[in-house]
Parts: sequence; structure tokens; C-alpha cells
Amino acid sequence: MLAQQIVNGLSLGAIYALIALGYTLVYGILAMINFAHSEVLMMGSFAALGAAALAPSMFGTGVLALAGLFAASMLAAGALNATIERLAYRPLRRHSRLTPLISAIGVSIILQNAVFLWVSDQSLAFPQPLSGDAFTLPGGAQISALQALTLAAALALMVLLHLFVEKTRMGRAMRACADDLEAAGLMGVDADVVIAVTFFVGGALGGAAGVLYSMSYGSTKYNLGFLPGAKAFTAAVLGGIGNVRGAVLGGFLLGFLEVLSAGYIPNGAQWRDVIAFSVLILVLLARPSGLLGERVAEKV
Amino acid sequence: MSEGALLSFESVHAVYGKKIRALKGVSLEVRAGEIVALIGNNGAGKTTLMKTASGLMVPESGRVLFEGRDLAGLAPHRVSRLGLCLVPEGRRIFPRLTVMENLEMGAYARAGAPELAREFDHVLTLFPVLGRRRGQLAGTLSGGEQQMLAMGRALMSAPKLLMLDEPSMGLAPVVVDVIFDIIARVNKEGVTILLVEQNARRALKAAARAYVLETGEIAASGEAARLLGDASVQKAYLGL
Ligand SMILES: Nc1ncnc2c1ncn2[C@@H]1O[C@H](COP(=O)(O)OP(=O)(O)O)[C@@H](O)[C@H]1O
Ligand SMILES: [Mg+2]
Repeated sequence: MLAQQIVNGLSLGAIYALIALGYTLVYGILAMINFAHSEVLMMGSFAALGAAALAPSMFGTGVLALAGLFAASMLAAGALNATIERLAYRPLRRHSRLTPLISAIGVSIILQNAVFLWVSDQSLAFPQPLSGDAFTLPGGAQISALQALTLAAALALMVLLHLFVEKTRMGRAMRACADDLEAAGLMGVDADVVIAVTFFVGGALGGAAGVLYSMSYGSTKYNLGFLPGAKAFTAAVLGGIGNVRGAVLGGFLLGFLEVLSAGYIPNGAQWRDVIAFSVLILVLLARPSGLLGERVAEKV
Repeated sequence: MSEGALLSFESVHAVYGKKIRALKGVSLEVRAGEIVALIGNNGAGKTTLMKTASGLMVPESGRVLFEGRDLAGLAPHRVSRLGLCLVPEGRRIFPRLTVMENLEMGAYARAGAPELAREFDHVLTLFPVLGRRRGQLAGTLSGGEQQMLAMGRALMSAPKLLMLDEPSMGLAPVVVDVIFDIIARVNKEGVTILLVEQNARRALKAAARAYVLETGEIAASGEAARLLGDASVQKAYLGL
């Protein structure tokens, strides 16, 4: 039934949206696709798992365990993303646009293999700090505790991001850099600092998504990031890459598309990715810069 | 170089890639309080000279000094914080920021300084139109308004030396008058100005001294009034 699909679509879309924001924030400033972003969210989820191993109470239930998982994942993913930028992208910033992309793919492969070889090639059980039952919403749809948490966390992070980008001095500098990096430098903005903050923020949002995604599977794995990363990248392009509202819109649209195709089309569950990506291609044929994207010429 | 030069170039060479030699041993100086004009044909190297001064480009050899300090190795944001501010060719305002936010970006390195509020008022007095458009996205302004915003934004950084690269380019004559009025006024208030102009006559009338740049080299220099009367300058740049 539709109400249930809406709940499912919203909570899946919220995860895509959080990840898509990381792609779009970085693209907005550097016009670069951070292909390592999917591994950043995977590493965040492993950092949460590692923190739980050190503090076994995080394997329990409750707000404290939950907060611990998010804090560990978001800090680690943010710091990792900023470090990747510093080591693997910044030295290449003045080269052709293709060079940092290759570097990003390289980082992505290195991170996956590092976890595969040194941590585990298996799925590892992820803490399940939520204990509540599903609520029944007016209209009859069920919302699980995890779905409710996903929606609440995503909404809270999006509001915080909005306030940061629109209301703070650093957020204004980020937008100025996204408009014209060189001109921002002429105004006294240290672009390296702004770019590092952008990678940190994008990585931290990915880390939050990593926890939510791992909780939904009950486990994490070295290749956890690949699928949601690819889909969230798609969502960012669908919404108009570089555009923050577009990433949120694209994330939710993709979530709905998947859930609705699984729910209403015979054998849809198997076809959901095909359908979702076909819609993406159709949208891009009609609007090459995405739903909310500006003309590409404006950026370059 | 003489004492008291605010900005000086000492045989500066600048190249794009390996082959295009845009500046070939340029020496010049701008003294505190002056308006100095830099004129020259398209491609002479005027923009390159300003990019070199602002840290956007690194000289191949030679030195650029500001207040006696060698600018070698300083990134643009460091140079701008020293008080040497470039209003670049094509204005380069932040189109998706509001007019007010653009001005705030000009004051980025001075956030929280007590005199900022007065500075805002001052810029809005110089350019009343910016006050009327304060909440509007800068990308929606007309060309003249964008030039005013670019200048206002630069003034918010309280520069000692303002470098203007073709501020009148593409503007209607009335707007050009406004821009040149403001240049004179800002200079009277103590800001030194280095002015690049395609409108050579206008620039020479506004300036005290001038340099003529030809394919990367200084071809002539001196009092602006003298250059205005110089036969070869008249022939090459004033269409006489
Ligand atoms: N980004 C660039 N890459 C290569 N060559 C350039 C670049 N910018 C300018 N040039 C060349 O350097 C020379 C000086 O250009 P420029 O400083 O822009 O001149 P002006 O501002 O006086 O018109 C010209 O020959 C121009 O073609
Ligand atoms: Mg030029």
C-alpha cells in the first residue's frame, strides 16, 4: 500500500540524500567527483565498529550507544575525507581535471583492499542500539524504530548543514569558493582551509549514512559503500550536481523510485535498480544538468 | 628603487607554460597616494602584471615588493591581507551570493573588526545602488552595478593599494563617469591606485603618472599629462 511505500521510500531516500550531499559539496567547490566517498562512508562504519569493540557498552542499546556510534563514524569519516583531499587531491589540483579523478579511484581501491586484507573479507555484525518496536502511523503504515531514527537524523543533519552553509562565515566562504575559487582567494579566503572543511563536512555526513546503512543490514563489510555510493552519486547528478537542494531532492526521488518499482511492478524487486537508473537516464536526456542544476557553462 | 614606493616591480619576467613570455623584465613603481595608469594594447601583459602582483601568478624571475616586502611565495589570500587588493578583469563577483554577502566576503579577513560597520556605511555611500540591492543575488545585477560591487567588495578589505583591471570595460558612458568619479574619490581618501584601462585617454586624465606596456615591456613612462601630449602615445593609444 502506498502509505507504507512512502515511509520506506523516505527512509531509503534519506540515506541516499546524506551521501549525495558529500558528492555535491565537493563538486560544488572543486568540480571534482570524489570517487572515494563511498569508501569514506564504509570506513566510517568500520570506525564505529572499532569504537564499539573498544567500548563494549556500545554494543548495547540506548541513546549513549547510538551517540557513540554516530560520533565515531562521523569524526573518522570527516577526518579521513579531509586527509584524502590533503594527500591525494590537493597536490594535483592544478593539473587536468582528470588527474584527481584517477587519484580518487585509486584511493577507493586502496581503502577497500586495506579493509579486505587487514580487517576482514567477511560481513561483520554491526551494533544494534535500537530496541523499540515499529509504530503504526495514522493511515496504517508501519515505521520501524530504525526508519524513524534515519528520518530524524537525516533531517537534523540537513537543517544543521543548511544553517552552517547559509548563516556562518565559513559557510559563506564555502559558497563564495563554489562561485569563484580564485576570486575568493583575492578576498583573503584561504581556499585550502575552506576545501578541507568542505571535505570534513561531506565526509561526516557520509559517516552518518554509513552507520544508518550498516544498522539497516545489521552488518558491515569492506565493500559496504559501493552500492549506496553509486546510487547516491546518481542521486546527486539527478538533482543537479553541485546543488545542495538538488542532492536532497535527488536522494529522496531515487529512494521513492526504487521502493515504488519494487512495490508496484511485477518482479519489481529484481528490477528496481534497472528502473531507477533508466529514469535517471531519461531525466538527464531531458535535463542534462539535473533537475535543479544550473547550466554547466556557468561553473567552468 | 626609490624610497617610499608602495609597490615595485624589479625586472619581472612572467611566462605562461614554457613559451608565452607575457612580461619581459618589467620594472615599475607605485608610490603611496598616487593614481598610476597602466596602458597598452590587448595582449600587452597588463592583466598578467596584476596577476603577478596579487599572487595569482608566480614570476619566473625578478621581484615584486609591497611596502618593501618581497611577495615571493605568498598566495593570493596572503597578499590581499597585506592590503594589496585586485579588482580583477571581468569583475568576478560571487553571482550566487547576495550583494550584502559579497561585501561581507570583501571583509572576510577582518570579520569582527570594530570599524567594519562604518566601512559598510562608507561603501554604501559611495555606491548607493548597492544599498538598494543589498538582498539581491549579485548575478542579477547589471554590468555597471557588478563593477560597483566588485569595487565596493575590494574596499571592504580596507586596501592600501587597489589594483583595477579594466574597470570601465563594457560599461555605458554614464556608468564609466561614475566609476572614474569613485576612483578619484577613493584616492583622495588615501587609497593608492593602479589602474589598467583600455580607455587610455580617460586613464591618463585620471592618473598622475603612467606606464605604457608593449608586448611585455615598458615602452614609455612618466607624468600622465606629458604622455597625453606625447606624439607617439597619441598615435598608438589615443587614436590621434
Ligand atoms: N592563461 C593564459 N595562458 C596562456 N597565455 C596567456 C594566458 N593569459 C594571457 N596569455 C597571453 O599573455 C599575453 C599577455 O596577456 P594579458 O596579460 O592578458 O594582456 P592584457 O591584459 O594586456 O590584454 C598575451 O599574449 C596573452 O595571449
Ligand atoms: Mg587584460
